[in-house]
Amino acid sequence: MNRFALPLGIFTLLVVLLAIGLSLDPREVPSPFIGKPTPVFSLPALYQPDQQFSPQQLEGKVWLFNVWASWCVSCRQEHPLLMQLSKQNLVPIYGLNYKDESNDAKQWLQQWGNPYQLSAHDLTGSVGIDWGVYGVPETFVVDKAGVVRHKHIGPVTVDALENELLPLVKKLQAEG
Amino acid sequence: MIPELGHFALILALSLTVVQAVMPLVGAWKNIPEWIAIARPSVWAQLLFMLVAFACLTYSFIVHDFSVAYVANNSNTELPLLYRISAVWGAHEGSLLLWALALSLWTGGVTVFSRNVPDRMLARVIGVMGLVSIGFLLFMILTSNPFDRLFPVPVQGRDLNPLLQDPGLAIHPPMLYMGYVGFSVAFAFAIAAMLGGKLDAAWAKWSRPWTNVAWMFLTFGIALGSWWAYYELGWGGWWFWDPVENASFMPWIMGTALMHSLAVTEKRGSFKAWTVLLAIFAFSLSLLGTFLVRSGVLTSVHAFATDPTRGVFILMFLAFVVGGSLLLYAIRAPQIRTASQFDVFSRDTALLFNNVLLVVVTASILLGTLYPLAIDALGAGKISVGPPYFNSVFVPLTIPLAMLVGVGALMRWKTDTPSRLVKKLWPVLLVSVVVAMVLMFSFAAEVKPMALVGVVLAIWVMASTIYGIWDRVKDKQKKISALIKAPLGFYGMSMAHFGVGVFIIGITLTSLYSSEKDVRLAPGDNYQLGGYEFAFNGVQRAQGPNYVAHQGNLTVKRDGELVAMLEPEKRFYRAQSNPMTEAAIDAGITRDLFVALGEELKNDNAWSVRLYHKPFIRWIWMGAFLMGLGGLLAACDKRYRVKNKEAA
Repeated sequence: MNRFALPLGIFTLLVVLLAIGLSLDPREVPSPFIGKPTPVFSLPALYQPDQQFSPQQLEGKVWLFNVWASWCVSCRQEHPLLMQLSKQNLVPIYGLNYKDESNDAKQWLQQWGNPYQLSAHDLTGSVGIDWGVYGVPETFVVDKAGVVRHKHIGPVTVDALENELLPLVKKLQAEG
Repeated sequence: MIPELGHFALILALSLTVVQAVMPLVGAWKNIPEWIAIARPSVWAQLLFMLVAFACLTYSFIVHDFSVAYVANNSNTELPLLYRISAVWGAHEGSLLLWALALSLWTGGVTVFSRNVPDRMLARVIGVMGLVSIGFLLFMILTSNPFDRLFPVPVQGRDLNPLLQDPGLAIHPPMLYMGYVGFSVAFAFAIAAMLGGKLDAAWAKWSRPWTNVAWMFLTFGIALGSWWAYYELGWGGWWFWDPVENASFMPWIMGTALMHSLAVTEKRGSFKAWTVLLAIFAFSLSLLGTFLVRSGVLTSVHAFATDPTRGVFILMFLAFVVGGSLLLYAIRAPQIRTASQFDVFSRDTALLFNNVLLVVVTASILLGTLYPLAIDALGAGKISVGPPYFNSVFVPLTIPLAMLVGVGALMRWKTDTPSRLVKKLWPVLLVSVVVAMVLMFSFAAEVKPMALVGVVLAIWVMASTIYGIWDRVKDKQKKISALIKAPLGFYGMSMAHFGVGVFIIGITLTSLYSSEKDVRLAPGDNYQLGGYEFAFNGVQRAQGPNYVAHQGNLTVKRDGELVAMLEPEKRFYRAQSNPMTEAAIDAGITRDLFVALGEELKNDNAWSVRLYHKPFIRWIWMGAFLMGLGGLLAACDKRYRVKNKEAA
């Protein structure tokens, strides 16, 4: 082993590192909530402020929890897909109206359509923090036992819906 | 039909590349003159088919042939012609084609301009470049074919990413790739010299002009990219230490080191093994950059659509090219004998110092770029390394480098004395400090210590460079004719060094004195920033070829006098349905005024508007431009074109 072989040695280590790197996805930021029961909360429903919504009411059902706001541009992008999904009756969608004025939110739903069974109204954003929301829109998949199984960050795309969300929903619905 | 022609041309080019790689290399090894003679014609034939392939893809874009998947994904019938052409290299597949074409062009250039190189050596150079070419063409044909068809044929294309619909970005990638790929010439010369077992100074002389030209392209490419990021991304920044930027910056620094080291090897016959290593590193870092950008191992704003099979291929290719070269180096380098000696105080030492610093800078950037990957690979979490790390590592390492720029150029080869230099340079230093102080105290609103350091440093670099020109002629009788007779290489060096000074002024003043403000403006509102008064006149609708826009209108005044009318836009591209910020800039020598339109606020027609005042930011690109031009001048030095007899 001579000193001129040193660069080769270092390079070999680099290749090993890069090879390991290929099997990792740098975009995947694991959410600490995946596999945990849904964070507990109780919020007024958007259209019936005197009625409280809490995720425990949905036990026994697989459901999507979509975080949205009237001020969110990307939400408008995913909205047609959510509308289509709600018409197909494959899975109920519940909304978390995040840091939004009640009137703005209602007007927005009136204009673009309402895909939600119900939207919980999170004016202060405190529930969003409990759910680890760091950008709107985000979509969670919750199973029958009330455990968060998946989190989709950013607008739902056709690709994500058909290849990730819906297959997962079907699998979860088939589970006991 | 045309796309098929392109596809076949690509396959033929690959076959010819195999000929170009195998026959000359074997011919040079076994000394078969007929096989050596194949080298040049095979390059020309290969280049011809690459041009055909490229022309076919360009044609498919121009006529909107959406049956080609790549065209459908990156073009649109509403896309203007200029961007239909630049869309050819707007995404992964086409940019690879451009990469491979650039390599063919460089190889073609070598066959034409390196007539003074002995045939056997040239055959090896061409063979090595052919091996690299095989890798890229295989990669393209197997994993990323730009001519793949799409069925059913869509009626409309998905359009080019709006960020790329910009004249600056139309020429940025070709420049960058010419730079990246250009380092393959010095690399091929180094490998060829090692294969031939004759690691003398001759290969250094042959590869110097090539390295200079490649470096020039890379300099322009990076500068254009930075300029583009500045006005197109709308953040007012010009360098983000993004992994992809680093991927282009690392070969640039290594190329800078290589240029300086080649000078020592050619002139003095020393640093031989080291220079070979730098030539390998510069090109390896270009390849590594390609890997990082296209494999998806790192997150970046510039990343191409990624695919693991591509990553595996490039990694194998990287391992073959770089691993093979380093193995060859490990075998051959121990036999290299350096004949010449030099003193501790000499230009040789100064250049060694330059090399060591530049390599350390590159290593730190590489470390910072790969660190998130390493942490992730060890399963220790996800982190990102950002500007704080890079700035705190980069700045201290480059300060000594800048201090030495002018000094090193004045030093003598082999041996020099400190007293000789001190005698020459102390008045220059004094002048630099005084001029910097006077300028800062008379023009700056607030004299920041770091700014003063930066300006002194910059003026020192410029002054000592100009002094270097004077020093060359001051003892001559006919000063003007001595100036004219001085070699272009010398002027190239001086211009590039002067550019470093200009560049330092730009970075220092921009990073320390910029001001920016996010404000809410309703029509009729005013805002003061950096001594300028920005008046907002409102927003109107505007229509582009493939987008609609909100166009703001601002009047900028200084002391009541009109300075500029700025019209920043918020564009919405129809096909891709995403909004784009198109900043409006009033450019100037001493400052830029930069306005970006944010979001429309509720009711009363108010908008959030971002205002920037950026002093001396143009100097960053002016400096880079001077550096690149210097590289070109040096490459044109006529002594590279004279016949080299002793090497034949």
